[in-house]
Amino acid sequence: MQSFDLETEGLRKLNSSLHAQNNDTNQTAWEIINPKGSHAIAVGLDAPIEVTVLGSTGYYCGGMNKQATVHVKGSAGPGVAENMMSGKVVIDGDASQYAGATAHGGLLVIKGNASSRCGISMKGVDIVVHGNIGHMSAFMAQSGNLVVLGDAGDALGDSLYEANLFVRGTVKSLGADCIKKDMRPEHLEILTRLLAEAEADAKPEEFTRYGSARELYNFDIDNASAY
Amino acid sequence: MTDKPDNTAPRTVPIQSATFSNPVNAEIRRAAATGIYDIRGGGSKRKVPHFDDLLFLGASISRYPLEGYREKCETKVTLGTRFASKPIELDIPITIAGMSFGSLSGAAKEALGRGATMAGTSTTTGDGGMTEEERGHSNKLIYQYLPSRYGMNPDDLRRCDAIEIVVGQGAKPGGGGMLLGQKISDRVAEMRNLPKGIDQRSACRHPDWTGPDDLEIKILELREITNWEKPIYIKIGGARPYFDTMLAIKAGADVIVLDGMQGGTAATQDVFIEHVGQPILACIRQSVEALQELDMHREVQLVVSGGIRGGADVAKALALGADAVAIGTGALVALGDNDPRWEDEYQKLGTTAGAYDDWHEGNDPAGITTQTPELIKRFDPVAGGRRLSNYLKVMTLEAQTIARACGKNHIHNLEPEDLVALTMEAAAMARIPLSGTDWWPGKPGTSF
Ligand SMILES: Cc1cc2nc3c(=O)[nH]c(=O)nc-3n(C[C@H](O)[C@H](O)[C@H](O)COP(=O)(O)O)c2cc1C
Repeated sequence: MQSFDLETEGLRKLNSSLHAQNNDTNQTAWEIINPKGSHAIAVGLDAPIEVTVLGSTGYYCGGMNKQATVHVKGSAGPGVAENMMSGKVVIDGDASQYAGATAHGGLLVIKGNASSRCGISMKGVDIVVHGNIGHMSAFMAQSGNLVVLGDAGDALGDSLYEANLFVRGTVKSLGADCIKKDMRPEHLEILTRLLAEAEADAKPEEFTRYGSARELYNFDIDNASAY
Repeated sequence: MTDKPDNTAPRTVPIQSATFSNPVNAEIRRAAATGIYDIRGGGSKRKVPHFDDLLFLGASISRYPLEGYREKCETKVTLGTRFASKPIELDIPITIAGMSFGSLSGAAKEALGRGATMAGTSTTTGDGGMTEEERGHSNKLIYQYLPSRYGMNPDDLRRCDAIEIVVGQGAKPGGGGMLLGQKISDRVAEMRNLPKGIDQRSACRHPDWTGPDDLEIKILELREITNWEKPIYIKIGGARPYFDTMLAIKAGADVIVLDGMQGGTAATQDVFIEHVGQPILACIRQSVEALQELDMHREVQLVVSGGIRGGADVAKALALGADAVAIGTGALVALGDNDPRWEDEYQKLGTTAGAYDDWHEGNDPAGITTQTPELIKRFDPVAGGRRLSNYLKVMTLEAQTIARACGKNHIHNLEPEDLVALTMEAAAMARIPLSGTDWWPGKPGTSF
């Protein structure tokens, strides 16, 4: 286990040490102490390593991650795992705005709640939130799956494209072009897999699926009030 | 005979309304018939105060010129000297602006890369991500970081030469991108993670930051990911150039790209293109003022764009304080866009060479702003690249000609003092004396 004190050694050294790891590294386990809400912790990783952050992080923790597992034993600031490509980011506490924004792949697990715009513009990532999510979540979400064990705030899935949204609790309101959809066997399969991977204690049957009505896909003046 | 009207009697001739002119009425009829606003490519078509309204003074008894062709007039420019460990070094101060793959074909992107590389300058990606055609042929490639984040990925971020965070575009400050269904081919759809054939509207605001304080942290993240090597540009539309420049500098920009309202776009509402944003002439001095006040002029470089056509425009932009310029429309014309050789086909599309701007429909006879394979085949990227390189070199020679005439051994030595304005408007906007006077409206210490 490599231990790294962020307070004394600094962010630049942290990220460059993590970037120095490649597929064959034997330094596979890293522990970061004294994160103290710093921004850009463990960003741009591209190696099969496990990074554990002992405390809370600022903006963009795990940003653009590939391959690595980043585990925050605290809460995460805005934009956690933004544009992640693969790998896994786990937050034990809550996550601030735009969690998983534009992420293309991998798995983001938030064990607490996520704030507004969770999964905004997501492009293939899987996100599992054990608690609730805030307003405008999955805005313009393109693909991937967002699973919420708690409730969703206002305007869920506004201007949604092809992402699947699964919510177990209530949805305060749906955004433009987002509708309730049938749960088919393939969706239950996705849920079963994601709930297991996210260590979430819930049954797939308890969720409702939401997706795009696809009515705003091509411009139509009679829909102008929805824009 | 008396019942025949008298054609020789004086009478009122039919007068067309200047307010409700023929084009205006045609647009009303079009809107009424179709129920959709006009979407088009290109920049502002109306006449606005521009570089044409400025003149160079040239040399005189008090200023002596340099010998054309014989005495050196340097054109090299380095961008990104503030924080980046690997600044961009260009042979000429003219860069190729960001134009998306999607709006342009892969072959057109290749031609831009070829032409720019031959002329010693950079190209810029665009909404839709990086293509192999462009990375492969562009020696210096600037990777745009846009609100849509289509195709954004850390590998391309690492293999670019600089990163350009797009906050706004001159054609549409405050607006997002648009790519209509016709142009979403399989390849474009895959790069953007979207279904084929849908109208695709990219976001106007970044999804994971708002405001200058967040931007500073976003820049920190991008620098950390790329090892503090790459220059970070921030592109702004000509909205509030003084404040936007200040805030971009505060947020940590290495380079500011300032795009005026004449700047082209792939596809935007005509109402947006013509009515939002300011002419580039009005923006440059405001931006330079902000740079100077923060003691950052030349430390943070300024690249300006929006209606740059020839070497005189380049020289004028530099004299007003820019470090370099970027071109979009001019580069497309050099590649062959709107060429009269395709006139018959423009006619069939209901337009004429020079006026064709329905780039979003993907039917470009010249094969540049299209994703249709048969049309793309008409365009030869090698010949196109050669034409672009010629055009860039001619512009550079023209700017050098002017700079030498003003006695400058580096084109960056051109200065406002070398210029006069032909109109009051240009004088006020560019803060350059009206020709024949030592005054401009708003000059400190004078009243108007
Ligand atoms: C076809 C086309 C596509 C464009 N795509 C983008 C883009 O993806 N991102 C961007 O920031 N600007 C885009 N622009 C704007 C240019 O980067 C640039 O600001 C503008 O073209 C400069 O003005 P000019 O066309 O008068 O030279 C595009 C312009 C054109 C003509």
